[in-house]
Amino acid sequence: MKCDIILAGVGGQGILSIATILGAAALRENLHLKQAEVHGMSQRGGDVMSCLRLSSDPIASDLIPTGKADLIVALEPMEALRHIGWLSPAGRVVTSTVPFVNIPTYPDTARILDTLGKLPNVTAFDMEQVAKEKATLRASNMVLLGAASPYIDLSPEKIEAGIQAVFGPKGEKMVETNIAAFRAGRETALSL
Amino acid sequence: MNENKPTDHSASKVMKLLLGDEALALGAINAGLSGAYAYPGTPSTEILEFVQANPTARERGLHSHWSSNEKTAVEEALGMSFCGKRSMVSMKHVGLNVAADAFVNSAMTGANGGMLVISADDPSMHSSQNEQDSRFYARFAMTPCLEPSNQQEAYDMAAYGFGLSERLRIPVMVRLVTRLSHSRAQVATEPEAAAENTLSYPQNPRQWVLMPGNSRVRYRELIADREKMEQESVESPFNRLSQGSDNSLGIIASGIAYNYVMECFPQGCPFPVLKISQYPLPKKLISELFAKVDRVMVAEEGQPVIEEMLRGLLDTPSRPVLGKLDGHLPRTGELSPDSVMEALVKAVPSLRTDSVEAPAASSVQAELKDLVVARPPALCQGCGHRDVYAALTAAMKMYEAPKVFGDIGCYTLGWLSPFNAIDTCLDMGASITMAKGAADAGQHPSVAIIGDSTFTHSGMTGLLDAVNEGTPMTVIISDNLTTGMTGGQDSQGTGKLEQICLGLGVDPAHLHTIDSLPKTVEEMKSLFLSEFEHKGLSVIVARRECIQTARRHAKKA
Ligand code: SF4
Repeated sequence: MKCDIILAGVGGQGILSIATILGAAALRENLHLKQAEVHGMSQRGGDVMSCLRLSSDPIASDLIPTGKADLIVALEPMEALRHIGWLSPAGRVVTSTVPFVNIPTYPDTARILDTLGKLPNVTAFDMEQVAKEKATLRASNMVLLGAASPYIDLSPEKIEAGIQAVFGPKGEKMVETNIAAFRAGRETALSL
Repeated sequence: MNENKPTDHSASKVMKLLLGDEALALGAINAGLSGAYAYPGTPSTEILEFVQANPTARERGLHSHWSSNEKTAVEEALGMSFCGKRSMVSMKHVGLNVAADAFVNSAMTGANGGMLVISADDPSMHSSQNEQDSRFYARFAMTPCLEPSNQQEAYDMAAYGFGLSERLRIPVMVRLVTRLSHSRAQVATEPEAAAENTLSYPQNPRQWVLMPGNSRVRYRELIADREKMEQESVESPFNRLSQGSDNSLGIIASGIAYNYVMECFPQGCPFPVLKISQYPLPKKLISELFAKVDRVMVAEEGQPVIEEMLRGLLDTPSRPVLGKLDGHLPRTGELSPDSVMEALVKAVPSLRTDSVEAPAASSVQAELKDLVVARPPALCQGCGHRDVYAALTAAMKMYEAPKVFGDIGCYTLGWLSPFNAIDTCLDMGASITMAKGAADAGQHPSVAIIGDSTFTHSGMTGLLDAVNEGTPMTVIISDNLTTGMTGGQDSQGTGKLEQICLGLGVDPAHLHTIDSLPKTVEEMKSLFLSEFEHKGLSVIVARRECIQTARRHAKKA
């Protein structure tokens, strides 16, 4: 098994917690894992990206070579496109369609979505909406994780155990909310 | 003294998911660390943060308080080593410049208890002002240097490094790079921490007093010790020469670059590879490689340190050397599996494998150009620095050629629009001293803007210069009560800034404190304007807690 994932978003959106949860799940499965992330200046509202590599064999590089990622998982459509060069020919993009506009030069969202739509394998929907309906807005990142989960070789139970492990210290309520968001994301993706 | 042997990943180990920074910190704790010292700086910050949060470290009461700057941190760690205990000090690469006096001279005093000096480089400048390579400092000071290639090695090298430091009686540098510091992987760790060293004093007390007479003796020893250090590198478990089936090329891969080379050969590398993770360079292993192969490619993260040494001034190595200096690998920025693959293909064209399938992006490539725009970082909404800059830019409009000397922190982002408020950013503390030099040159108004943590790191001494000369300039300390840029570590001056300024001799009539809030922008602006007109030194402390730490505090409460 090998799964190379690019996680993309804007600093502060919560893509790093997705990485932490998948990490916790992979550790339970005894998979090899490498996950490179960016701290520091770019966390102040700049674009952030993390390489997450899961494999049953040892992994050499912390970074994923371009054109080799199996999945691009993004909380923001322009950020999904920013890293599209990493995607392998059979790779999939899972992204929220809600733009995060914190710059005056943000391009036309319709055109971004249109371009994303031309890619062969795309799962895109309004994750904030699903989060608001089924959990809370702040759990949008868990909706995204749920939407990506059918394409990651880890059972949803294992990922939920990862959510439990990461949010457990913050209380049972937090765990429930985040698992609800995760499930809603997964269901939505599978129903598309 | 305890001497842990590296890499025994037997069943008794506990698997943990750790950043490179964390692996090194845990390795040190498990190897009997007694004290960790640091000033925050990306990508090194998580090392001390890990120690602060670690249960064993807490239980044992290991020192883990932030220091005022990297120099004080190195000296504190050296003091602990003097007393026979194991200490470590961590910083970002440019922090080592601040600590250079202490670090270089610590090679002269040597170490008693094992001491690790951890310097985290930031190639590609993700969050830094340059790409300097700490390995130069190790060579300059003549200390050994360890360069882990993965998280497991980072963990193992802590115990190994302490042992090395105690064997050779010298501080050992550990060089990290961003992609290791901030990358996670499973690490096999000891279930329990080894005992700390007991208090003991150096066997060579003269060496610790660097008076010329003592230093001359010591310097000869230090030079003589190079041989032992090199022998350690030759025998190091972290330096390995592996054979290959094709000797038309040999590869020297140091630190994290080793991983990129291996990534290019999922079925195993056909060429001999010399993996280097310990310096001084193991000449014997390098000669062996050179004797075997036709050409040698050097893959190293950062500056071409190994490559330059192999080429020499006249560029006449015994075999052709390929690397960053001849364009095989990019001269700037961090390496990647792509750039290493490209270099290998340039050297050995038969390695090219043209993929039959077009990449997924090819269908949309043409449209990407104007659909993906830069998203630069910005000050958080609700950040007090924003209000300071709003007031400052408004005040500056009253002058023809105002100059604002900036500093290192979140507020460096004030250079970007919409503020475009600062003219310079050099190093920690330089806002005050550059403003002083400019005022000396006749600049008016000459304004320094500096954060609270940067002020106590390196601004105070410069302020004393300005006090002593009554320099006509205005210093704005934008106090957010934390070290914001690195994620909100305690700031050493919190609650003391006004006292520090008064103690340094700032005139109380020209020392002001004001809240930096949207509703005080007008008030700040008039205060700035009136102090610009003062023909001497003024200090204005504009204060408001960083909203990121404020939120955290609110949650805890
Ligand atoms: S982290 Fe704190 S100091 Fe930095 S920009 Fe945000 S609010 Fe301001």
